[in-house]
Amino acid sequence: MLKIDRRLIKNFDWLTFSLTILLSVIGIMTIYSATRPLLPYEAPVYHMKQIYWLIIGLSAMVLVVKFDYIWLGRLAYPLYAFGMLLLLIVLVAGKTGMGAQRWLNIGPISFQPSELFRLIFIIVIARYLSEVKPQMGLTSVIRTFFIFALVPLALVLKQPDLGTAIILGTIFLSLSLTKGLQKKVIIFLLILVALSVPFLGNIFWEGLKDYQKNRLVAFMEPDADPAGIGYHINQSKVAIGSGGFFGKGYMRGTQGPFRFLPEKQTDFIFAVFAEEWGFLGSFFLLLVYLALILRGIDTALKAKDDFGRFLAAGITFMFSTYFLINAGMTLGIMPVVGIPLPFMSYGGTALLSNFIAAGILINIRSRRFELFY
Amino acid sequence: MNNKSAKDRIVIASFVIAGLFVLFATRLWQLQILQGGEYKKISTENMLRIIKSPAPRGIIYDRNGIPLVKNAPYFYASLIPEHLESVNIRYLSEILGIDSDELYAKINKKRLNPFEPIKLKEGLTFKEIAEVESRRSDFPGLIIDIDMSREYLYGDIGAHLIGYLGKLSPSQSKNPEFKDVPPEAFIGQWGAELLFDKTLRGTPGARVIEVDALGREIKPLQEKNPVKGDDLKLSIDINLQKAAEEAFAGKSGAMVAIDPNTGEILGFISRPCFDPNLFARGISYSQWLGLNQDKKVPMLNRALQSQYPPGSTFKIVTAIAALNEGVITPETKVTCTGGIHYGKWQFGCWKKEGHGTVSLHKALVESCDVYFYEAGKRVGIDKIAEYARMLGLGTETGLTLVQERIGLIPDTKWKSDKRNQQWYLGETFNAAIGQGYVAVTPMQMAQMMSIVANGGHIYKPTIVKTETAQQPLRDAAIKPEILEIVKSGLYGVVNEGGGTGGAARLSFVSVGGKTGTAQVVGIRKSSHQLPEKFRDHAWFVAFAPVEKPEIALSVFVEHGGHGGGVAAPIAKRAIEGYFKSKEMNKDKNAENRPKTD
Repeated sequence: MLKIDRRLIKNFDWLTFSLTILLSVIGIMTIYSATRPLLPYEAPVYHMKQIYWLIIGLSAMVLVVKFDYIWLGRLAYPLYAFGMLLLLIVLVAGKTGMGAQRWLNIGPISFQPSELFRLIFIIVIARYLSEVKPQMGLTSVIRTFFIFALVPLALVLKQPDLGTAIILGTIFLSLSLTKGLQKKVIIFLLILVALSVPFLGNIFWEGLKDYQKNRLVAFMEPDADPAGIGYHINQSKVAIGSGGFFGKGYMRGTQGPFRFLPEKQTDFIFAVFAEEWGFLGSFFLLLVYLALILRGIDTALKAKDDFGRFLAAGITFMFSTYFLINAGMTLGIMPVVGIPLPFMSYGGTALLSNFIAAGILINIRSRRFELFY
Repeated sequence: MNNKSAKDRIVIASFVIAGLFVLFATRLWQLQILQGGEYKKISTENMLRIIKSPAPRGIIYDRNGIPLVKNAPYFYASLIPEHLESVNIRYLSEILGIDSDELYAKINKKRLNPFEPIKLKEGLTFKEIAEVESRRSDFPGLIIDIDMSREYLYGDIGAHLIGYLGKLSPSQSKNPEFKDVPPEAFIGQWGAELLFDKTLRGTPGARVIEVDALGREIKPLQEKNPVKGDDLKLSIDINLQKAAEEAFAGKSGAMVAIDPNTGEILGFISRPCFDPNLFARGISYSQWLGLNQDKKVPMLNRALQSQYPPGSTFKIVTAIAALNEGVITPETKVTCTGGIHYGKWQFGCWKKEGHGTVSLHKALVESCDVYFYEAGKRVGIDKIAEYARMLGLGTETGLTLVQERIGLIPDTKWKSDKRNQQWYLGETFNAAIGQGYVAVTPMQMAQMMSIVANGGHIYKPTIVKTETAQQPLRDAAIKPEILEIVKSGLYGVVNEGGGTGGAARLSFVSVGGKTGTAQVVGIRKSSHQLPEKFRDHAWFVAFAPVEKPEIALSVFVEHGGHGGGVAAPIAKRAIEGYFKSKEMNKDKNAENRPKTD
């Protein structure tokens, strides 16, 4: 044990560790600024809650790093069963908030099981893919999809949590691609996509909730109704744009605290940051995220086994998807989907889940020289 | 081998991701650097709200300091849009007494600022306010606000002169002159309210506040108090005005009274009229349509915009022209046998049996037509026209209340230019007694009377009380003694036996005047036997006191019949009203009245 610990410290991934802490601290600062009181009787609570969750997240990360990630592979299927159970409980006994049934109450804490499930999903897919033969054929892909993805996707969509569904779908697809698909499978998928666009579009559209439809319309034509559905996107662009090159300065942003920007401490936190820190700060933030992602890619490349490689790649793809969809939305180049910015957006379960994910990355990288026993 | 290809694909993925990062950085550049200034402006405007507070409008007084208008509070109900969903529109429409469709239309109307309160109803009565207040809890976000509206204390009395306020029209709001005026504000749209709008309006105050998206005031940034508009003292005497308008009772027509020593308008009537109070809180479309489609045209300013032959009142002009040109003297005698023959035409005198031998004085007093045929023939149409214009007829009087009509004073040049015909002597006969082509406005006739009364001085007419002695614009080239001769004739018209203007006689002040009857159809028939629209128009011009005139006026009654019977009594009431009012305000005027010579 002691011997392992020393090697662990020697090979510890300090970069990923510090990047995640840096992002969380920036996040908490921005949350405070976004919700800072304007009138004397207001008392913001979000930043304090986020600090507690940061402490919980850090502890969880340390715990995750301590045990070899091999154990995650070994426990993948029981974990998967546990995750599915959580999703089912949410569906039955979950708490509704903002038009969706996503939360579970455990004592005073309410948390979103789907945030934890995405990690379990990566673990189980990584475990499965590390064992199947490469160049997956059509039946193999379909079987994988039916076994691992269909039910959770349906459960998550039922909440409805379009954001998590998109993440799960992306993880499944990107990991399958990484594993390697036969050419005919790729061609088949492309044809399927091409053929189904007209049908799927319609089914997709009909299946959407009104607010989701509105968001899509707003994305296509944000100026159509600036006070209505296009409001989110327009105000986000105003926030980012008004930051200019140097930004308005920390605690000097107005779009967020003055409530012109909705969801300021959660989905639109990037806009609040960009308003206060300008192009200079935003570009720096992009670099931090890019560094975190490239470090994850590098970890995947250097992983000692296939499971570790798929696990690291899955987590990195997940971070990338989160970041790209969220920032793309705030920048007005993607439709509004309720997806938080990793490590920065207010939200306890998401932060905890992201620290566990980061912990797994550190775990994989720190143990890249270890031999199998 | 397989591992290697998985690694390759991970590397490819990283390139895709890095490429997207470049795209995002470009987008940041676009939003923050290229369009940064634009967005900065929007974000600042997001937070700033300018609340304009209208300035109390200046009060309009009559010449004796009697207020004609007041600013009365009025209430309106607005709804804060965020509370829209929690409001029962049906219920609200019931309480406010607005049709629910209309209410929906108001609420659904596209607004520039989604947080600005929606004006639902203006001019709430106290009963409605009480109803709303007692159901306060049912309507969160329903606010009752107070504003000032104009109340015209004398109703339709003097409405054409005082004017009214109306909402800033869309075309006006584009005019830079109104850039400080809050939208939906009321500004002068007619009469003195329009003419002096700028001074009456004052400067609206403004509060610049920082607000959040809920419209909550975060902090005040700037505050500027409204500055009340300047008061305006009109030259009219409301007592005169009221007395004369009451004398009009149901008749259509106009009256203009002028102070001959200053050009100040003492009274100004155009009837039928309208109640400016209708406009003060926003006139309804049907009311507006009603006023504009009324056959009696209440919106027409008859004192400035209607022109008619002056009839015998024009004999004043003919007399002055003939005397000043020396073609007649006061002693010149003409024998009236009830008419003259000219070629195959007969030009009659109104008195068929004839006036016998008449001098100028008697001719004026009894309004003998034959005398003035002779005088007109002697002096000629071009001279008559020259003197008429000298006395302000057929020319602009310069009172800019509305676009005035200039009337018509015909002469040989006019006939050849406009009609391409030569002038006939018979037309001179007609012109000499104010018939035929001659057309004047009541305003011009009052100005003519004023110039004659004051000894030939031409003042610019004004509706504002002057506090200093006025200099005449110019003097008419008429010998003062000639004006005295004519004035004594006009005194006779009112005060001597056989005079046509006896109905204007007053015991306490000497009145001079001249009656006139403008033919509508070319038949000489007793007017009251005809349907009203064919009846003659009645004129009366007058001044008083004859010795030292303080008031000169013209009265015109559409289809009124004879001037002496219909118009003269109105003139009498006006003069009476003026002197009564002068008596009442003696003390006040002792210090204010400009020195006149």
